[in-house]
Amino acid sequence: MSDNSAIADGVLENAHDEHPAHLRHHFHDVEQQADASNFAMWLFLLTEVMFFGGLFTAYLIYRNWYYPAFVSASHQLSIPLGGFNTLLLITSSFTMAMGVWCAETRRKSGLVLCLILTFILGLGFLGIKSIEYSEKIEKHHVPGFHYSLNSFLDPDSDAAAKAAGDKPLPLDVARHTELYFSLYFAMTGMHALHMIIGIGILGFMIFRASAGAYTGGHITFVENFGLYWHFVDIIWIFLFPLLYLISRH
Amino acid sequence: MSDTIVSLPDQSTARIPKMNYLSKENGLLSWLLTGDHKRIGILYLISITFFFFIGGALAGLIRLELLTPQSDLMATDTYNKVFTMHGVVMIFLFLVPSVPATLGNFFLPMMIGAKDLALPKVNLLSWYLYMIGGILVLVTMITGGVDTGWTFTTPLSTHYVNTNVLSTGLAVFIAGFSSIFTGLNFIVTIHKMRAPGMTWFRLPLFVWAHYAASILMVLGTPVLAIAIVLLALERTIGIGVFDPAKGGDPLLFQHLFWFYSHPAVYIMILPGMGVISDVISTFSRKRVFGYTAVAFSSVAIAVFGFFVWAHHMFIMGVSNYAVLVFSLLTMLVAVPSAIKIFNWTFTLYKGSITFETPMLYAFGFMGLFTIGGLTGVFLGTSGTDIHLTETYFIVAHFHFVMVGGMLMAFLSGIHFWWPKMTGRMYPEKISQLAAVVTFIGFNFTFFPQFILGTLGMPRRYASYPAEFQILNVFSTAGATILGVGYLLPVLYLTWSLKYGAIAGDNPWQATGLEWQTQSPPLTENFVEMPIMDHEAYDYEWLERKNLEKQKEVASVG
Amino acid sequence: MDHISPAIWQFLVKWMTNFALFPPEASTIAPQMDALLFFMVLVSLIGLTIVVLLITAFSILYSKRRHPVAAQIEGSTLLEATWTIIPLGLFLVMFVWGALIYFRVFTPPANAMNIYVVGKQWMWKAEHPGGQHEINALHVPAGRAVQLTMISQDVFHSFSIPAFRVKREAIPGRYTTVWFQATTPGTYHLFCTQYCGTAHSAMVGDIVVLTPEDYRKWLAESTSGASLAQNGERLFASLSCAACHNTRPDARGPSLANVYGAKLALTSGQSVTVDDAYLREAILNPSEHITQGYAPIMPTYQGQISEEGIIALIEYIKNLNSDYRIQQTTNTTDMLPESVGKAAPAGQKPAVQAPAAQGTVKQ
Repeated sequence: MSDNSAIADGVLENAHDEHPAHLRHHFHDVEQQADASNFAMWLFLLTEVMFFGGLFTAYLIYRNWYYPAFVSASHQLSIPLGGFNTLLLITSSFTMAMGVWCAETRRKSGLVLCLILTFILGLGFLGIKSIEYSEKIEKHHVPGFHYSLNSFLDPDSDAAAKAAGDKPLPLDVARHTELYFSLYFAMTGMHALHMIIGIGILGFMIFRASAGAYTGGHITFVENFGLYWHFVDIIWIFLFPLLYLISRH
Repeated sequence: MSDTIVSLPDQSTARIPKMNYLSKENGLLSWLLTGDHKRIGILYLISITFFFFIGGALAGLIRLELLTPQSDLMATDTYNKVFTMHGVVMIFLFLVPSVPATLGNFFLPMMIGAKDLALPKVNLLSWYLYMIGGILVLVTMITGGVDTGWTFTTPLSTHYVNTNVLSTGLAVFIAGFSSIFTGLNFIVTIHKMRAPGMTWFRLPLFVWAHYAASILMVLGTPVLAIAIVLLALERTIGIGVFDPAKGGDPLLFQHLFWFYSHPAVYIMILPGMGVISDVISTFSRKRVFGYTAVAFSSVAIAVFGFFVWAHHMFIMGVSNYAVLVFSLLTMLVAVPSAIKIFNWTFTLYKGSITFETPMLYAFGFMGLFTIGGLTGVFLGTSGTDIHLTETYFIVAHFHFVMVGGMLMAFLSGIHFWWPKMTGRMYPEKISQLAAVVTFIGFNFTFFPQFILGTLGMPRRYASYPAEFQILNVFSTAGATILGVGYLLPVLYLTWSLKYGAIAGDNPWQATGLEWQTQSPPLTENFVEMPIMDHEAYDYEWLERKNLEKQKEVASVG
Repeated sequence: MDHISPAIWQFLVKWMTNFALFPPEASTIAPQMDALLFFMVLVSLIGLTIVVLLITAFSILYSKRRHPVAAQIEGSTLLEATWTIIPLGLFLVMFVWGALIYFRVFTPPANAMNIYVVGKQWMWKAEHPGGQHEINALHVPAGRAVQLTMISQDVFHSFSIPAFRVKREAIPGRYTTVWFQATTPGTYHLFCTQYCGTAHSAMVGDIVVLTPEDYRKWLAESTSGASLAQNGERLFASLSCAACHNTRPDARGPSLANVYGAKLALTSGQSVTVDDAYLREAILNPSEHITQGYAPIMPTYQGQISEEGIIALIEYIKNLNSDYRIQQTTNTTDMLPESVGKAAPAGQKPAVQAPAAQGTVKQ
């Protein structure tokens, strides 16, 4: 542990040129500071795992109980769109990782470029997501007041259901498709919220990066944000097969 | 031989040190924008006390209503709101943050030899989130309250009440993040910022207890958050996850809710246990008996605490086999607490014991927590839980552990560290009186409730069969005494800020690192980085240090 | 309980109930539960006494005045082991004992008579198979096992009889059961113990335990004229269940004669035992409960039938011992006018069978 090996200096660091400007005074040295904030970020991601974990648990239980309904409901999702989104997100993780590398190797323009690419890819993801959502809204697949069972009672009336070759569901089974969409919106909505926050921070980072804030040796912020971004990506990598690929082996 | 360990400096010449964390900067903004963990601890102390008295007033209303068997003091709907808000305020705005956010924030960095917590800005954010949550709760109360019970049971809370469920849920959600960030901060600090020589097994047990509680805060609270989100969606949009008509299961909410709310009770009690370790050690002048056992039992409680949540659901229709598993695990989680009680008891063995106020509260804790904890075993045993659950037995059980246990530990800690935080001593005689009054009042209030519970009186009842009245009257009478016991500290502690004796660095001659600096401490805690070269609770080290100091003074003179 | 002399036991119980520390023991399980409670109180008292005695003794013997120098003791592995193992052992004894009682309370005997309870804000409705309906009251005979099959119409409620030491939640969406055997005639408290809204404290009632004689009298004078099964039969007809569930060779649904308690193979391959819960699910979510060999064409009745209606149907199906019985129902259906929902007048069906026929409708 870095703290045990810290030197017993004994003197207050009041000479500001003895340490980098970004070192906070309650840390001995930059290593301890970076180590601590990195650890904090991992811990925070652990809380996020617990947060999404509740949703995943609910989803797994209901999918187990109402499998046929969930299968039919999942046919309403577009695999091409979802797959493309997955590609976008994985690529954005790559550009983010490249960004961290640029920060480490003090490549300012490289970092800015990578951040901008990540930003654009993230926006692309959200754009496609909003297309998917608006489709759901049009078809009355948003749970609640206006939820419509028509696509499941009469698959021929619905292009997606027809394409998947769905049979009409009995009413009691069709009712359970609403649960699928509840969890779909809750899970992808939570995920999208995290993406929006991430993109917001990315915007802030692009400005700071072009001012050279992260290429002067103090890369903790970029590193930690990278962790966050990868986490959001990993959540999606779980969401995609669970929600979109239920019956496709 | 004197019967006190209090060693104050010469009051005729003693002064509060000019430079300290309180005098460093002045003005409201220096407090509202502070990064100093000690100032944040004080901010929390003030706000927590405020919410405690709101919760206490609500408790007073409950006991007043229950003086008579009929629902005659207030409308039943109002009573339902009163007990709901009492629970929400006391649990989320008082008990959960009580010791960690005040004493933990103030002393954790000092105890490990650090200058501050790892993330001071996040610490300040925690306080603001807490305040926002608290203010939202107040707004909820004023605009009509909520009457679902603090447990927000669905489908009652989603489809059958018209009260402010959403705003309360939001308030709890926000306050939950305050808790998560505090826990996160503590874990990072303990891992990464210990002074040289401060190995894990030299840490004060207060730190171990906070570490265990922080694990629970960090891992458990997010599940409450998601339960509240789903509750809100169910209530507003009707997504159906908890609605049987749509295929959902109301029991899912129970699982999600109790997955947090059971560890929450350990979040509430563990820091208090940490206080007790330090207090008993100091006032027996002895290292804690079985240090390693106490440290590990804190972590064991945290780990096991995650696997027992369904013991709140034994009669809700979960399978018999699930009941078996959870009951067994509940027995396991009870054992570490027993270990601690015995270790504290044996810390007294061959010690040199004095009975200052913190010690009196600690004794109260040990007796009352033992009763509360044992009655927990009554409830964790599936068979007897059938008869006792959902009655006043439960109410008595959790008040014994939370009020008789946690609140006593909180008061013990406040008195113990008051000299360090303020530089002043509290008045000893009246504080000892308050401790005794609290103990008596507490027993009168809550012991009759065990009997009410075994007789079958249900909880959350505004009216009850007449045969239960005498015990209820006892309970209310006790509550009045208890109220006095809690009011006194507010009065004399405030008084002591101006008129209390000057405490000096180490009035208790305690061994923690926080006691080796001035009172009140400097903003940066230590002038020189401390090096930990002795074990925890090492009174021999303290003796040697004092002798050296005396020799220095003598040689200089 | 067998180890304590009955005289001492009686004395303890009388003393306890007279001093109102325990509710009266009025069921067979109550003394068993009280025995465990006594044990726990005893263990707790001993444990508490040990702790308090030790604290007091140490505080006196080792006060600063008496014992100015503290001995720095690290610990004792032996003591740690002792106070880990002994409490754990005691807790495990309680666990096993309690688990036995728990299983006993929630595993009804096969010969238990069934009473249905529907909870709603803010009353308890008890439905006896013989057609007696009670609100906020429950009459039961002493000396017979009684099973309660409960469900809620809205929110969580909890049916609590302190004198019997039984309690179980009534939740929406599924049946929960509890059973007891009352021992002493008398009137005892019934409480709702799960907070359910405004009038939660008013959702109380009386459990009236009657001697078998008095119970028979009560049954006779409280009947509403039609048993639950008869009501069920009317519903069966009016909801057109008989259109598929009949005895014709080309019937689209399985015959329900003797189906209650039988093992059924479903189209999913699962094998289920037909009980109350299954029947309720089959009526509300039929598509997942199709008997093997039949097409999944049964429509769902969710939203069209109340909990009481489902209970009536279940009682009817429980008592369906033979195809003849179903035929009777079918004939009644055929006699129904075309307008939906109009039940056959009670007089048209024989209440008691001709002696030679099988399949008496149980009252």
